[in-house]
Amino acid sequence: MPIILLALVVAMTALTGGQFAQVDNIVNVLRQVSFEGAIAFGMTAIIITGGIDLSVGSLVALTGVVGAVVMRQTGALPFEVSIGAGLTAAIACGALVGAVNGSVVAWGSVPPFIVTLSTMLIARGAAFIVAGGKPVYELPEQLITLGRGFLFEGVSGRLVPIPVAMMLAVYALFGTLLARTVTGREIVAVGSNEAAARLAGIPVKRTKLLVYLLTGAICGLVGLMHVGKLMAGDPKVGDMWELNVIAAVVVGGTSLFGGRGTMTGTLLGALIIGVLNNSLNLLHVEHFWQKIVLGGVILAASLADAGFRRLEGSRT
Amino acid sequence: MAPDPSAPPRVRFHRIGKRFGGVTALDDVSFDVSPGSVHALVGENGAGKSTLMNILAGVIRPDAGSLELDGEPVTIESPRQAQSLGVAIVHQELAIVEHLSVCQNVFLGRWPRGRLGMIDRRRLETETARLFEPLGMTLPWRAPAGALSVAQRQMVEIARALSQEAQTLVLDEPSAVLTPREVSALFGVVRSLTDTGVSVMYISHRLEEVFEIADAVTVLRDGRTISTRPIDVTTRDQLIRETVGRELSTQFPQRRHAIGEVVLETKGLTAVHRFDNVSFTVRSGEVFALTGLVGAGRSSVAQAIFGAIRTPRGSLRIGDTAGPFRSPRAAQRAGIAFVPEDRKTEGLLLERSVRENLTLAYRHDAAKAGLLSLKRERRLTRTMIEEHGVKTASTEQPMSTLSGGNQQKALLARWLCHAHRLVILDEPTRGVDVGAKADIFAMIHELASKGAAVLMVTSVLPEALGMADRIGVMREGKLVAILDNMDRQATQVAILNAAVGEDEYINAT
Repeated sequence: MPIILLALVVAMTALTGGQFAQVDNIVNVLRQVSFEGAIAFGMTAIIITGGIDLSVGSLVALTGVVGAVVMRQTGALPFEVSIGAGLTAAIACGALVGAVNGSVVAWGSVPPFIVTLSTMLIARGAAFIVAGGKPVYELPEQLITLGRGFLFEGVSGRLVPIPVAMMLAVYALFGTLLARTVTGREIVAVGSNEAAARLAGIPVKRTKLLVYLLTGAICGLVGLMHVGKLMAGDPKVGDMWELNVIAAVVVGGTSLFGGRGTMTGTLLGALIIGVLNNSLNLLHVEHFWQKIVLGGVILAASLADAGFRRLEGSRT
Repeated sequence: MAPDPSAPPRVRFHRIGKRFGGVTALDDVSFDVSPGSVHALVGENGAGKSTLMNILAGVIRPDAGSLELDGEPVTIESPRQAQSLGVAIVHQELAIVEHLSVCQNVFLGRWPRGRLGMIDRRRLETETARLFEPLGMTLPWRAPAGALSVAQRQMVEIARALSQEAQTLVLDEPSAVLTPREVSALFGVVRSLTDTGVSVMYISHRLEEVFEIADAVTVLRDGRTISTRPIDVTTRDQLIRETVGRELSTQFPQRRHAIGEVVLETKGLTAVHRFDNVSFTVRSGEVFALTGLVGAGRSSVAQAIFGAIRTPRGSLRIGDTAGPFRSPRAAQRAGIAFVPEDRKTEGLLLERSVRENLTLAYRHDAAKAGLLSLKRERRLTRTMIEEHGVKTASTEQPMSTLSGGNQQKALLARWLCHAHRLVILDEPTRGVDVGAKADIFAMIHELASKGAAVLMVTSVLPEALGMADRIGVMREGKLVAILDNMDRQATQVAILNAAVGEDEYINAT
């Protein structure tokens, strides 16, 4: 399903008269979707368990700011040490907040929407407090490579931006996790039928904790790379990201009811949204109309999912 | 009002048939219900009573046959239409809104309106009182319905049906949750209803009640009408024979294996509001059946042993491992298998593949260090499918496409691919056709002969009598009797005596 949609959207780019098909432009599209795309893989795992995480955008800001502060404090040390410390701090902070989300969802039996709505607000507030109300500067200058650098630049030129490589690595990791591991099987089972999963001896609560924790960790990774892109730890970043991320997951065919979804679908979903935004830009479509088109695409994808469900249901 | 022989029947079921996937629920069901009579419908669980009543209520559509009401052919396409045709059903699960008052519940959604569209409370109360008058009872009209007893809630539902001018009232096992006094009050109400010309269809497992209240009785078995007769030419033995049908000895495997040491031992096991002070043992090679009326707590006991329900008091031991277990996972590690009662909500991942369903409990079998080999998993699945005779097109078929019997076998296969010290089966033959039933009985038999202790929860008495070596009977959360059935000599009467309570049973006969 998502692959057909992507083909349609790409076909539509013909309207740009070849502008879309430029290598530079395609690399650009990939780079634009890489941060939110990477988080979308974690979000897919969460949504498959029947949950949702609204805190991801705020968490990108918080982890970025935390990482930035750590790097500023360790600025006197060699840059590898300083950046390593910042990265570790950002990922640990993300994982910690994710673990809080997961624990309250699993053991507190509070709906994920409410839990992560709360942590969304808390993380955003905390980001401003840690940053002291304004962006954190004075960072190691090598950090910019993480946000704007290229992999194998010596060999292939500016073809593989580091954020894109990061997104693909997260995709490979989570794709394997979901489809090829016992843990992945447990994630799907929890979302497909929680009572049955529990009675089949699956640690339901631990599984829920895990998906939120992993998603938080990705937010930390993305948060720090985003600091590299801006060369500042800005507490305002990541605004509305949670919605873009959820949109990519839904367009990718993952069911919000849980129990069904793939990482490849989410990758395609992120690309569909990226290509759509990019070609509408190239066609000089007004920003307001872009939002309407994007909203329509999400609605259509969800309707298709609901239709598919009915089809499945009628067979029983 | 005495039934008028010349009047057309209030309800005529004519050659009704219904299939669900591969399972025939109803086949060629025909009988008449006279106006102003009490017509009892008896049959085992799964005989098709609920399906038939759901057809009458417009919840499901028959595949074949026709319905007539008062001589007029009708097709009932929705519950709303059934209501307008004067058909009302009081289900076992009562539809009461607990925080609304009694009279608001009676007129739920059809409240008399006064000025400004507000509910006219005075009229509401007078009309409620008027409805209850012929029933010979009063209730606290203004109190929230949540404060009512189960029996009073039933009365609210009956009054609701009357307010809709129901001419046909279906009572689905109304007595299962009532005390003897409440049952006799209910019968008084039923009689006063038939006096006004209402037909009552009365579904019950308790034959004594059928003889007390019914004018006619229809026996359903395996989706077919076996007989319809006036009650005064019917005997108890006849009904039992027709309900149970086949000869028990041919349906159940002969037991040969020896019984070994104690595997499961519970002492004073208690779960608040579910069951109280339950103590029993199950030995290796033994099949122990746990039975009792709906709501007696049998399934809760099974779930508690498997760690799915907390038991704050009492002890539990599996071999030398001490319980109670804190989670199903812990129980599984101690060597317990558990096949739940409701395979759709508690057992299967319906939208996932047969393969994912079968390997779920022992998912690590196909994995090394947490990494799955799909090839190995498919091979394991194929072995399980063959060994347990699961009929499926492939290992990748969604579980929802299998028939009820094959889904149940798949669920058994999920667990029985490993040996366990204790196997718990909760209603293992619910919604399963006769052929699959025999296969499942053979599986249970084989388990026991290999030395597992088997705990089988069942509401189907012939099944308990045919399969179990001992039968535990539960009533109102207590284990009230354990009957010896090594020589298959225990009787339905003995079980019912214990399940219903001695005095009550004697009173009823």
